[in-house]
Amino acid sequence: MATARFWRENPSRYNLSASKCGVCGKVFFPPRGVCSTCHRKSIGKMQGLRLSGEGEIYSYSVVHEAPSQYEMLKPYVVAMVRMDEGVMLTSQVIDVDPPEVKIGMRVHTTLRRVGEDGPAGVIYYGYKFAPIK
Amino acid sequence: MREVAIIGIGDTKFGEMWEAGFREIGIQAGLAAVEDAKLAAEEIDALYVGNMSAGRFIEQEHVAALIADYSGLARDHIPATRIEAAGASGGLALRQGYLAVASGMHDIVVVGGAEKMTDVGDVVATEIQASAADQQWEVTFGATFPALHAMIARRHMHQYGTTREQIAQVSVKNHKHGSLNPKAQFQREIDLNTVLKAAPVADPLGMFDCAPFSDGAAAVVLCSMDKARRYTDTPIRIRASAQASDTLALHARSDICTFEATRVAARKAFKQAGLEPKDIQVAEVHDNFTISEILAIEDLGFFPKGEGGKATVEGQTAMGGKVAVNTSGGLKARGDPIGATGVAQVVEIVHQLRGQAGKRQVSGARFGLAQNVGGTGATVVVTILEAA
Repeated sequence: MATARFWRENPSRYNLSASKCGVCGKVFFPPRGVCSTCHRKSIGKMQGLRLSGEGEIYSYSVVHEAPSQYEMLKPYVVAMVRMDEGVMLTSQVIDVDPPEVKIGMRVHTTLRRVGEDGPAGVIYYGYKFAPIK
Repeated sequence: MREVAIIGIGDTKFGEMWEAGFREIGIQAGLAAVEDAKLAAEEIDALYVGNMSAGRFIEQEHVAALIADYSGLARDHIPATRIEAAGASGGLALRQGYLAVASGMHDIVVVGGAEKMTDVGDVVATEIQASAADQQWEVTFGATFPALHAMIARRHMHQYGTTREQIAQVSVKNHKHGSLNPKAQFQREIDLNTVLKAAPVADPLGMFDCAPFSDGAAAVVLCSMDKARRYTDTPIRIRASAQASDTLALHARSDICTFEATRVAARKAFKQAGLEPKDIQVAEVHDNFTISEILAIEDLGFFPKGEGGKATVEGQTAMGGKVAVNTSGGLKARGDPIGATGVAQVVEIVHQLRGQAGKRQVSGARFGLAQNVGGTGATVVVTILEAA
C-alpha cells in the first residue's frame, strides 16, 4: 500500500469518522459527499459524525482459509456489525472464543493492527470488534 | 432496437489446463463458435471479451486485442473490447455485444469470455478473487470472498430457518448435473455427508460449498435475427437482457439475504421478454457458493424468499423439477473461470434450447434464463433466451 492511501484512510480507520445526511439523517461510513436517498438535495448538507463504536453482530463467519497476511491468525472470526447509529461495518472479532460468537452479540470497536505491507513494510492500524463485557 | 439471435457457440473444457495458455483457450472457444455458425472471418464486425483479471492472473492486460490478433483478425482491424465486472464480466460482455447488434451498429459480433486462474497458487487466487469485494473496507479487515458469502449463509439461516443441509444440497445436485457434462471440471457425484464433512473454508461454508479455481473459455456468435437463418436452422433468440448494480460492500445493504440487483435485473428482463418466472424451464444461475444459488432462485422469482433451501431439497431445481437449475453443473461442478462463466452459462442454455444437451437435456425446454453475478451482487446480468 502506498503511503498516500494509507494516510487518506486514517481518519475513518482510527476515529470512526462517518457522515450523516442533513436532509434524511442516514449515516454513511466511510463518509460520503452525497446521500444515496436524497441525491442532489444532500450536497453540501452532509455532516461529519463520529460513531460511538458500539453495535451488535448482524452476521459472522469463522475464517479457516485466510489470505497470507492473516495466516497467523486463523481461524479467526469476521463479522458484520450494525452500529448503534444504524450503519454497518465489517471487521474481525477478537478476545472471544469462536463458538461463543452469536448474532445479536454486543461489541465495541478497539484499535488494533490490521495488516502490514510485507515483512518490512508499513504496519497499519484500524478497528476490530471485541465483546462488551 | 432489432431482435438479436445466437447463431454459434463454443467452449473449452473447464479445469486445470496446464497444457494451454490464456490465448490458446480463448481462441479454442472463439474458433469453435465461429465454426458452429459457419462464419467467414471477414463477416465479423466486432469482438467483446469478458475477463476479470488477466493482469493479475497472467500479468497480461489488453486481452481483447490479443484474442482478436491470435484469432487471425489482426488484418481486419475489427473493434475488440474487453469488459470487466468481476464475476459478471462474461454476462456483461454478452450484453455489450447484444446492445451493439440490437442498436444496428453491428450485424455480427463474437462475444468471448476467458480466464486463466491456475498460473498462480490458491492463496494468490483467493486474494485476486477478493478484489471483487470492497478492498479497502471489507477485505483489508479480514473478510475473504468465501467469508462474505458465509455471512450471507449464516444470516439466511438465522432469518429464514434455512438449514446447513439444505444449503449443502445445492452442491450435491450440481455435482450430479456435472456428472452428465463431459466438459465439467468435476464429473463425479458426491453425497450430502461429503459436503457437510469437508474441510471448513469460512464457517458455515466448507470446501464443497465453493466453486473451484478454473481455467476455461466460452464464446457465442450474435447476429441480427433477420439474418440469422442464413447461418443456422436453430437460431436462439435473446428475448431479454438486463443489468443492475448495487453497493460494492455487502455491509452497506439493509438486507444481505437478497441481492437487490438480481431482483431489479430479473424484473426488467421478465418485463422485456413479456414472461414470468413460471415460464422458464431451464436456468443457469451464479452458484459461486452454494448459498448464492439459494439467493438466486428466490430473487429471480422461482421460489418465495426463504424457501429456496426447501425447494432444493424437494428436487424442484433438479432435472425433472419445476425449473432445472444449473444443468451444466453450475459454477460448482462445471468450474468457474471467472470471465468465461457468464458466457458459458449462455452456451449451456443454447444447448438446452437447441435440444442438444445430451444426457442432461431438459425435455421441452423453450425458455431459458442465465443470471451472472459480480462480487457480492454489486453487478448482476440477467439474460432470457428462447428457441426461435
